[in-house]
Amino acid sequence: MPGLEDLYREVILDHYRNPRNRGELETPPALMAEGFNPLCGDEVKVYVQLDGDTITDVRISGQGCSISQSSASMMTTVVIGRTIDEARGTLRSFKQMMSIHEHGLDGQDSALDGSTEVPSGLGDLEALRGVVKFPVRIKCATLGWNTFDQALAEADS
Amino acid sequence: MSLDVAAVKADFPLLAREVHGTPIVYLDSGATSQKPRAVLDAMNRYYETINANVHRGAYHIAELATIASEDARRTVARFIGAGDEHELVFTKNATEAINLVAHSWGRTNLTEGDVVLLSLLEHHANIVPWHQLAEERGIEVRWIPLTDDGCLDLTDLDHLLDGVKLVAVTAVSNVTGAIPPVRQLADAAHAVGALCLVDGSQYVPHLATDVTELGCDFLAFTGHKMCGPTGIGMLWGRRELLDAMPPFLGGGEMILDVRRDGFTPNVVPWRFEAGTPPIAEMIGIGAAVDYLEGLGMDAVRKHEVSLTDYALRTLGDRFGDDLLIHGPTDTTHRGGILSMCLRDIHAHDLSQVLDQHGVCVRAGHHCAKPLMRELGVTSTSRASLYLYNDESDIDALGDALDEAARFFDF
Repeated sequence: MPGLEDLYREVILDHYRNPRNRGELETPPALMAEGFNPLCGDEVKVYVQLDGDTITDVRISGQGCSISQSSASMMTTVVIGRTIDEARGTLRSFKQMMSIHEHGLDGQDSALDGSTEVPSGLGDLEALRGVVKFPVRIKCATLGWNTFDQALAEADS
Repeated sequence: MSLDVAAVKADFPLLAREVHGTPIVYLDSGATSQKPRAVLDAMNRYYETINANVHRGAYHIAELATIASEDARRTVARFIGAGDEHELVFTKNATEAINLVAHSWGRTNLTEGDVVLLSLLEHHANIVPWHQLAEERGIEVRWIPLTDDGCLDLTDLDHLLDGVKLVAVTAVSNVTGAIPPVRQLADAAHAVGALCLVDGSQYVPHLATDVTELGCDFLAFTGHKMCGPTGIGMLWGRRELLDAMPPFLGGGEMILDVRRDGFTPNVVPWRFEAGTPPIAEMIGIGAAVDYLEGLGMDAVRKHEVSLTDYALRTLGDRFGDDLLIHGPTDTTHRGGILSMCLRDIHAHDLSQVLDQHGVCVRAGHHCAKPLMRELGVTSTSRASLYLYNDESDIDALGDALDEAARFFDF
C-alpha cells in the first residue's frame, strides 16, 4: 500500500511552503497561459519570458494543492535558462514519468520498482515520481506543465 | 421512532469493508450513497428471474418485468406525494431531468429577454442548461444573492422577479447544506406568473418530501443519492405542464405512431422515456424507496439533524478557528453537509490524508463554482452524512483531521 510519504516527499513540501518564482510578468512581452483542473477547481497562470529561443524567466500565479504548486515551482527552476527545445524535452520526460502507471489501484506496481526505465535528468522533479501511485493526483502534478506548454505554443503562433 | 443506526449500517454490505487496513468511514453520501442489500437483491432478482424488455413482449416474464418497473414508478410517485404516477418521468439522473425541462419546456416557452432566476447555491446541473438557453435564445440568467451565512438573501426578491418566467432553485445546497425557503420562492414565482423548478437531489434522500407542500411545478432528483442505483434520475412535473411539453429525445417507447412523414408522440410519462428504460434501476429505486419508508423519513431527518449538531459541536471544540465549516449553524435549516477548510491545507491534500485513515470525503469545487467564488475559496473538503453514519464516524473524521494537521505541521 502506498503511504503518504510516497506522495509528500520533503522536497515537495519545501517547494509548497516556499514556492520559487511566484508572481506575474508583463504581457506582452511575456507569454501567458491559464490552466484549470476541473476536478478540484485549481487555477494556475504561467508566464514565460523569451529572449530568442531562450527562456529567461518563468513565473507562476494562481492557487492549488501541494502537488500542483510544488510541481510548478520545481518546473520553473528546471526550465529557466534553457532553450525552448530543451524545455520541451524535459516536459516530455516529466509527462512520461507521470504516465508510467500501468498499475492497479491496490498499489501493485511493477513500473515503480525499477523494472521499468524512468526518464533521468529530472533532478528534484523525480521526487514527484510517487504521484503515479495516486492516479487522481497526476492531473495536479501535470497542471503547471501543461499550462507552460500552452504558453510556449503561443511562441509558435 | 428513532433510527437504530447499528442495524442500518449492517444493511449496507460495503460499509463492512476496510480500506488501507482500517474500517471504512464513508462520509461522501452527498456524492453518492451506499446501497442496502435490499436494493442489490431486488435488482439481482430482476436479472435472475424476470429479465425481459418492458411494454413489448406478450409473454409471462415480459409482463412481470413491466409490472415490476411500473410498480416502482408508483412507489416513487407516492414517496414524493405525487397524486398521479404519470407525473413521474424516469431519466438518467437529476442532470438529465433538469435538461429535459430546459430543452422541452424551455425551448417551447422561453424567448429572448425572458428571465430564469437561479440562486447562487446551484449545482452546475441547474446552471449550465440555462446558460445554454441564454446562448441559444437570448434569455437572461439572473441570480439570487447570498447572506453572509450562506443563505439566500431575499430582501430584493420582488425586484429580482421582474420579467422572470422560471425560478430554478436547489432545496438543499450540496456545498453548505443550506435549506432555502422553497415554498416561499414557489409562491413568489407563481404570484408573477412564473413556474418553479426545484433541484431536490440533496433533499429527497434526506427529508420527507411532498410536492404539494413544496409548491413547485417541477422536481428533479436522482436515485443513487437515496440508496438506489446509479443510472436513474427522476423528474416530477405537474400533469398539465408535462402534457403540453414536446418530447426530449426521440426513439422507441416515446411514440404512439411513426409514419414516413412524421410521428405521433406517446402520452406522458413515456413520451419522455425514449428507448429501453433502465429497468433494473427502476426496480432498484423502487426497492430503495421501500427501504427508506421502512425506516421512516422523519426518523432519518431527525437522526441527521442530531448528528450534524454533534459534528458541528465536537469539531468546533476540537479545532476552534483552525477549522472553518461553511454554511448555516442552525441545523434545523441545513442538511448534513459539512464543507470544511482546515487552516490553509488544500482540500486535495486534506482529503488525501483522510483517505489514509479510511475516511472518504469529497474534495473540490463540488460542481458549484459560482458559489465557491462567492465563498472566496477554490475548493473545500466536504463530509456529507446519511442514515448509516453515527458519532463514531464523526470522531474518526476528527482524528483524521488531527493527523492531517500534524502531517502538514502546525
